[in-house]
Amino acid sequence: MTAAVVAALAQTLLVAAGAPLLVGLIHTLKARLVGRRGPNPWQPYADLAKLLHKETVVSETTSWVFAVTPYVLVATMLVAAAVVPVIVTRPALAFAGNVILLMYLFMLGTFFLALAGLDSGSAFGGMGSSRGVAVAALAEPTIMLAVFALAIRTGTINLGGVAERIGGDPVLAAHPGHILAFFAFFIVMVAENGRLPVDNPATHLELTMIHEAMVLEYSGHYLALVEWAGAMKLFLFLTLLANLFFPWWIPTEVAALPMLLGALALAGKLVLLATALAVMETAVAKLRLFRVPELLAGSFALAVLSVASVVLLK
Amino acid sequence: MSSLAFVGGAVAGLAAAGLGLAGLLGHEWALQIAWLVPLAGLELRMDPLAGFFLLLIGATSVPASVYALDHARGEVKGLVSYLAFLLAMGVVPLAANAPTFLLAWELMALASYALVLHDHGERGVVRAAWVYAVMTHAGLASLLAGMLLMSASTGSLRFADWQTAGPGLDGATRSLAWLLLTIGFASKAGVVPLHVWLPIAHPVAPSHVSALMSGVMIKLGIYGLLRAGLEWLGPGPAWWGVVLLLAGTVSAVKGVLYALVERDLKRLLAFSSIENVGIVLIGVGAGMVFHASGLDFLAVFALAAGLYHVANHAAFKALLFLGAGAVVHATGTRDMEAMGGLVKRMPWTAAAFLVGSVAIAALPPLNGFVSEWLTLQALLQTVQIPGLELSLVFALALAGLALTGGLTVACFVRAFGITFLALPRSESAAQALEAGGATRAALVLLAVACAALGLGPTVVLPVLGGAAASLVGLPAPVLVEWPLTLTVAGDFASLSVPVIALALGLGLLLPLLALRGLGAPRGRRLTATWGCGRLLQTARMEYNATSFASPYKRIFDFVYRPRKRLEVEYHPESRFFVRRMAYENLPRGLAEEWLYAPVVRALQHATARVRAIQSGSTNLYLIYVLAALLILLVFA
Repeated sequence: MTAAVVAALAQTLLVAAGAPLLVGLIHTLKARLVGRRGPNPWQPYADLAKLLHKETVVSETTSWVFAVTPYVLVATMLVAAAVVPVIVTRPALAFAGNVILLMYLFMLGTFFLALAGLDSGSAFGGMGSSRGVAVAALAEPTIMLAVFALAIRTGTINLGGVAERIGGDPVLAAHPGHILAFFAFFIVMVAENGRLPVDNPATHLELTMIHEAMVLEYSGHYLALVEWAGAMKLFLFLTLLANLFFPWWIPTEVAALPMLLGALALAGKLVLLATALAVMETAVAKLRLFRVPELLAGSFALAVLSVASVVLLK
Repeated sequence: MSSLAFVGGAVAGLAAAGLGLAGLLGHEWALQIAWLVPLAGLELRMDPLAGFFLLLIGATSVPASVYALDHARGEVKGLVSYLAFLLAMGVVPLAANAPTFLLAWELMALASYALVLHDHGERGVVRAAWVYAVMTHAGLASLLAGMLLMSASTGSLRFADWQTAGPGLDGATRSLAWLLLTIGFASKAGVVPLHVWLPIAHPVAPSHVSALMSGVMIKLGIYGLLRAGLEWLGPGPAWWGVVLLLAGTVSAVKGVLYALVERDLKRLLAFSSIENVGIVLIGVGAGMVFHASGLDFLAVFALAAGLYHVANHAAFKALLFLGAGAVVHATGTRDMEAMGGLVKRMPWTAAAFLVGSVAIAALPPLNGFVSEWLTLQALLQTVQIPGLELSLVFALALAGLALTGGLTVACFVRAFGITFLALPRSESAAQALEAGGATRAALVLLAVACAALGLGPTVVLPVLGGAAASLVGLPAPVLVEWPLTLTVAGDFASLSVPVIALALGLGLLLPLLALRGLGAPRGRRLTATWGCGRLLQTARMEYNATSFASPYKRIFDFVYRPRKRLEVEYHPESRFFVRRMAYENLPRGLAEEWLYAPVVRALQHATARVRAIQSGSTNLYLIYVLAALLILLVFA
């Protein structure tokens, strides 16, 4: 029992502390790919520390909803970090929810962030809210069908159960349905985290931003919390891609050494996924907003094909 | 006088809730008064399902009546209709024969019709009541036909006899009876395409009546669907369930899409009721399919998920309607474009409305999440049914339900954000006053109910599972293996909302403490919203309800098929200066235009033809009478 709690805390801490490094790594990789030296991968920690010690300036139009939102975002990500199989297939909180809980936890964060965008009364914030929620809503059916495809093949939708089944039988992963579901989920990851080509995390160009528009009014420690939560969300989505679709070398029991190895394996998978993301973000341009639904419809089609192939080739 | 009536309503509600709870927990009884109702006499019977619906009606009418204390105007007609409405709703689930049921059903319709007409001086109310009356009686006609067919083929008016004889009827009669009954009940529940009256009639009624109509009355349609499809006609073939599943999916998606672009706050909530009825139907339909496939555990599980959503929707929709009522009372308008900034003027109402919004958007840890989670689990369980067709139907329902969930989040970000946040968009919103004590008490009561239903599924679900199991004549399933944790089919899925709520609470505290520890400066400086250097911020610069909805209108253009109109008046000197601009982008109702308009046109055409025989001449009428008599004598 104590070991399980310690392991859960260690896992949550790993996500919380490692997330900024992942973001920094992607920054560095993207800079190198376009021939710049770019910032040090540890730069996001310096940015967070700087924000924490700056003055917090708040619009006088806002209400308590605006002030509560950064904390809600961090809370949802911390809970998600304790549910997702990161360095062990069944962390202590895994019994409390499955992938559907996870989807709705992320939605809880999106809900409050969108309200905060509206709260300042700025047209940018409203625009960001309206578009951000639209993108998140259109991604939902894809996630659900990708989960359905996994559920048909593994007989469970507990995250740990999926990881154990596929991890125990690598042949299960070599199935067209599995690969299609992976690509569908990858596109959802791009959309949910506001990466190119759906949204550009590096821009403050007024009319193209989605996520940045919602957080435009945040500063100081509020902004630090929002950025940190965003980094954790990216970390968790990449971890889900790694550990649901390639669930190898994840320990099934709570013990120090296997979990350390599990962390190393995860680091390797995350570097690979981060490189893939950086290459893709360098290669593609941002889509026009109203082309984004087409991209998401494409991911939905992949998910439908995945389910169909799983049912047909059972 | 009016206070007395509403206090009476609340007390009666409490009593009904107690009676219903006892029934739900297995205290069954029957009551027969032979002389009271023609044909078969009054007959009431309590069983767990009836108890569940009675509990729901009673429990919802308490906060509705308390809210009404603040807003009531002492008109005798309105008070009598209100009490009659409560009584009729209470009798419907208990009725044990067709005459009792139909009498209560019709009294419920007439009383609610009178309540919809409450503010008959206002624009549109009379038309709304007219549409409501026509649609509800079309539904009644279908119901009546179905019940006549049932009693003709079973030879009895008692539901208990239908239950024994129903499954033995020949297939065609059975399916026809089911179809007629289903159309009747589905029109009461507001299932697409029989939903057109709902967004017209619900918003114009006083808000406590809207809360009851949306929260409870339409659920009696679901009650009828359950009885008809699973009890009176026995368990039917799988296609009955598939029909309900698909109708539910279409209703859910269509309801939320129209709620998303609606400017009228109460109409938005009415559209969202269509969506939620759809979610309930997905659970009910899945349960019927599972039952037909012989998967008893899953059948009970899916039905219990549907019943759970019925209870949850009653709680959060009543909360939202009463909250909207408080806002409408304070601002004098239902138009969201004239609201904004109310979170500062009406903090209680805003907090309660936010709780309702989080709950209806199915976000953890509140109640909407629990029932949506259960419904999704039930659908994912279709892995146990072999066969491609059913898998694809269930996949479609899954995708539809997921899309509905996402769009509901957008819808209630918009509903709460535009109504309560940012700067007030009108003078009346800037001067709004917080609602009175009774209203706030009602709102807090319902918010607590939303939280309790969210945190307590391990207590609630087994009871609902028992009600669902008694409906299909199966033993109640085991859903709770560990305290506080729901377990579905062994390792398939588990959920513990209290643990999640606790973890979220810790997650909220942790950054607060960490910031203290890291020595972040605690103060905040207030300043104007950043605006690219302009000097003044006004409400006209804000995103409003229309602009928030605009991307959705564009993405789902193929559903809305909007009528767009843009009129620009230029300055006579130069086209680069615009004097006046009018823009309109109204979604069209497909059901109205493609289904109802042709029917209404055909009806008008036919009645115009028939008018030819109405000359007004007495001699002619005497000939008609004589001819009718002769025809009757010849054929009799």
